Amino acid sequence: MRIPLNPVILIDDRTEVSRQALTLARQFGEPAAIALDAFQPFAPDAVAASVVAQDPSAVFGPGTERGNDVMARVAARMGLPFAANCVAVTPGDAVTLTRLRWGGSLLEEARLHSPRPLITVAPHAVRPDDGPPPPEIHVDRPDDREFVVQVRERIQPSDGGVSLAEAKVIVSGGRGVGSKEGFAIIEELAGLLGAAVGCSRAVTSAGWRPHSDQVGQTGTKVSPDVYIACGISGATQHMAGLKGAKRILAINSDPQAPLMLNADYTVTGDLKEIVPAISAEIRKRR
Amino acid sequence: MRVAVCVKRVPITGGRIVLTDDAQAINTQHLGFTISPHEECGVEEAVRLVEANKGESIVFTIGPAEAVEQLRDCMALGIDRAIHVRTYGRDWDGESTARVLFDVIRANEEDEGQFDIIFFGNESADSGGFQVGMRVAHALGRPCVTGLKKVTVEGSSVRCEQDVDGARDVYVVQLPAVLTVKEGLNLPRYPSVPGRMRARSKPVVTLNVERPEQRLELVKLAVPAGQGRRAESLGAGAGAASAIVDMLQQAGVV
Repeated sequence: MRIPLNPVILIDDRTEVSRQALTLARQFGEPAAIALDAFQPFAPDAVAASVVAQDPSAVFGPGTERGNDVMARVAARMGLPFAANCVAVTPGDAVTLTRLRWGGSLLEEARLHSPRPLITVAPHAVRPDDGPPPPEIHVDRPDDREFVVQVRERIQPSDGGVSLAEAKVIVSGGRGVGSKEGFAIIEELAGLLGAAVGCSRAVTSAGWRPHSDQVGQTGTKVSPDVYIACGISGATQHMAGLKGAKRILAINSDPQAPLMLNADYTVTGDLKEIVPAISAEIRKRR
Repeated sequence: MRVAVCVKRVPITGGRIVLTDDAQAINTQHLGFTISPHEECGVEEAVRLVEANKGESIVFTIGPAEAVEQLRDCMALGIDRAIHVRTYGRDWDGESTARVLFDVIRANEEDEGQFDIIFFGNESADSGGFQVGMRVAHALGRPCVTGLKKVTVEGSSVRCEQDVDGARDVYVVQLPAVLTVKEGLNLPRYPSVPGRMRARSKPVVTLNVERPEQRLELVKLAVPAGQGRRAESLGAGAGAASAIVDMLQQAGVV
């Protein structure tokens, strides 16, 4: 396989997001791929060095934690600007692009003034084309100093509980739950539904729940079939984590709370009465 | 031990983002300000490291005159002093932010010695560029590990833990290092009243630097269209339980 001079490079993690990045990259030429896991275990500087060694004319990658990490290393090495989490890109003297701000709560239209655009693509933002997969460049092992930052060990999670990111149903509580102990009724309902327990940032900041339960921009982004939000006002920080939810049920004493206006179903009232009543109704029907 | 932490003043957006008439910024007329949540954990970690190991912590920011409020907040939590690069009006892109932070950090290190750790948030809450820490690390020639949920200093090295696909990846790098952290790293303390009092008299150095050329140039902002959720009322109070469970059955989860 011959790789052209100054190729368009796709940093490829072999997921849907990389295929979306590939679709945008094709506007700039015929991309060739370098695998994000070209070196095992993961060594981000080694991947970045391999990308830069191709003297690329443009680099695209997935807007994931690892994709953004490696692209930032590429940008620092090449001394060029980098636009993260783009949803649309148009070639030109200056590349015109749209990217996500505030975890997707705001769109930014920008111009990238760079001879060699460096772009990551936000998940779910682009419909992937059905063009052929890119040829993969088999890279040589870079110098040892590129392996100073390398994964030494992977700790697997202990089993138990439903993972928030994968859960089909989530029962989530906010400041309106009132206390750490107040989550007993949330946990009871979650148990009956086989659901994961979630919460808002106000709850983790107060120390009522661990950060691993937090849904939102700086917590976990979720995509359940049903999301039951109890006493959560719906700040943009929280809503940024909810975009993938199929159905949202909001329970709140304030009918004007932002989450009540952005839910599929609403119930107005005191969650301390409503949540146990739902649990009782489920038990009754079984 | 010398520890630095870099922070950015951002608005507390609340429930609904409203833009200025020219769509260049968020209308912050009625909003409070804070620092990015990830950075709050960087501040807490810096304070804990200096409490445990002695030494000094410095907070850096690039922002408007009012950003001194956020610097005082950081010092109320225990950061020793602050360096403030003042901006006038417009935001800076990630590349120019990193270039100027590097200059300012290097100048400080030449006078006072190397930082063992420089903390950044993994990404800023507002622009989410995912790059400032990495660029500063590269310019300083130091290793950078991103997205950390746990940081443990072990002698002359630091053990770094990162959440990946439900598992946890561990890196170990030598100090000095640049670490970008995420919320969940720790539970930041609340400022105490004596802490706030002490913060008032802690030193803030203000620097003026010309805004570099912006190669990622903001054209305008837009609020994305809503997701068209219909907000159908299922009733009020405990009496709504039956309608709720009907809905859950339709959704196939009961």
